[in-house]
Amino acid sequence: MSEKKTNRRDFLFTATYAVGAVGVGATVWPMIDQMNPDASVKALASTEVDVSSVNRGKTITVLWRGKPVFIRRRTEDEIADARSVKLEDLKDPEKDEDRAKNPEWLVMLGVCTHLGCVPLNDKGDYNGWFCPCHGSHYDTSGRIRKGPAPTNMEVPKYEFVNANTIKIG
Amino acid sequence: MSDHEYTPSSKFGKWFNDRLPLLSLASHLTDYPTPKNLNYWWTFGGILTFCLITQIVTGLTLAMHYIAHADMAFESVEHIMRDVNYGWLIRYIHANGASMFFLAVYIHIFRSLFYGSYKSPREIIWIIGIIIYLLMMAAAFMGYVLPWGQMSFWGATVITNLFSAIPLVGEGIVTWLWGGYSVDNPTLTRFFTLHYLIPFLILGLVVLHIWALHVPGNNNPVGIDVKKPSKDTVPFHPYIVIKDTFALLMFMIVFAFFVFYTPNILGHADNYIEANPLVTPAHIVPEWYLLPFYAILRSVPDKLLGVIAMLSAILILAALPWLDTSKIRSAVFRPLYKQFYWILVADVLILGYVGAMPAEGLYLLVARVATAYYFLHFLVILPVLGLKEKTLPIPLSITEPILGGTANLATARNKESSIK
Repeated sequence: MSEKKTNRRDFLFTATYAVGAVGVGATVWPMIDQMNPDASVKALASTEVDVSSVNRGKTITVLWRGKPVFIRRRTEDEIADARSVKLEDLKDPEKDEDRAKNPEWLVMLGVCTHLGCVPLNDKGDYNGWFCPCHGSHYDTSGRIRKGPAPTNMEVPKYEFVNANTIKIG
Repeated sequence: MSDHEYTPSSKFGKWFNDRLPLLSLASHLTDYPTPKNLNYWWTFGGILTFCLITQIVTGLTLAMHYIAHADMAFESVEHIMRDVNYGWLIRYIHANGASMFFLAVYIHIFRSLFYGSYKSPREIIWIIGIIIYLLMMAAAFMGYVLPWGQMSFWGATVITNLFSAIPLVGEGIVTWLWGGYSVDNPTLTRFFTLHYLIPFLILGLVVLHIWALHVPGNNNPVGIDVKKPSKDTVPFHPYIVIKDTFALLMFMIVFAFFVFYTPNILGHADNYIEANPLVTPAHIVPEWYLLPFYAILRSVPDKLLGVIAMLSAILILAALPWLDTSKIRSAVFRPLYKQFYWILVADVLILGYVGAMPAEGLYLLVARVATAYYFLHFLVILPVLGLKEKTLPIPLSITEPILGGTANLATARNKESSIK
């Protein structure tokens, strides 16, 4: 190889391929990127929810970005339950304190982290949620305890605008 | 392409054929020497071509009335069922046609497995077939999403979420597939586009599949190489054409039974409820033809490994020509393989059954054992069997055992020499 001299033609070939590759890439990318969420979908990024009518031990489900969000006003028992669990018993260790800043209110995406079904309220072996699709059990903090789901139900970015209103997103 | 030169008889035919040899192609196809011992399991290639054309024609007509929009899709399907002239018929043919297509393709695949049709020199035919099968599954899945019922929506959610198992880029890929943060209108419109495209890709691959088939010619129930043309072959037309047509008519009776007498038995009642992103149906199951793979997915407790197992179960088929180490093609001459073949058939049927059942208790245990056996069959049993098995003597020609009444090699040789 070493005695083969690089000549003008090799340079031209390499340069042509390189320019060609960049050109093809620049043409193909818009075709791929058009499938990503468009501006109108991104514009619906936040939702405000009035939670004044939610009683203790009840859950409401609201739609945010096309996905259900569970807002549960937890009972004292449920909070105590969630906080007493040892972290080493958890598949995806997360403190309840980190998931529910205000312990009374648990806000999370109602989407099973396995394959995206909506888990059922007040069901399962841990009195939290149960996913009917492939049998994942979640506790009163929405943490995965049993079944195929790999992680806890996701807590979205949210804040209390005032005592009765939660802004998600 | 053809083994013989063809000259059209008419002057115009010759003029045309010299410029575009379509008549030579037609002559190649009609005179094509085909093993004369092909049984009815060999008629499913023709039946599958019929299924593909049926799906394309009915799909084209449905697309004239269907509206691919999340707010209107469900109603437009009901509009097809109630208002469009013969809409109910066309839709039922299309929906049941998908099931019939898979029924035929499974028979076609298991025929290959029994008679070793995937072995040298037919590996490329086999691999093109596996690609067609994968595209069929993609088309069927996306087609099932279009009516925008509950099963459509949640089936789409579960299947697209399989990609989220990929480390690092998984979530990004799922968002890209959806065109949003959940299955919604952008997902529906792109699925409609792809559902429309895929049948034509399949059509192109079918041409390659048949082209590749016409290089070595058909395998046959005895599984030996056949000289063509010879006393072991008959011309494709009329012998095979008439046999294929008869089998197709029998098949159409089964097809028509489903369309006219029980058009919804292979579907799910939940799909007549409009899609609702807030409520998941209690029991999500895919269509029957995907159940064995669904059982494999659920039998693995880890998300990523479950997805890998499911994909491997399909892709392992592409490696089959090299996993099966036996030089003998037909199971007729492989007494042990024949038994393992039927165990595999039973294993796949069991997987299909438990795939339809809830993933718990005994069902889960059975699914796990059947999944393990599925992989054991391809990764251990087939490679070892090819080296260890004592096979029966194969005849020298198709004609020989029939005329001589024995498959024995020595007698076959004697007969062969006495004929000469």
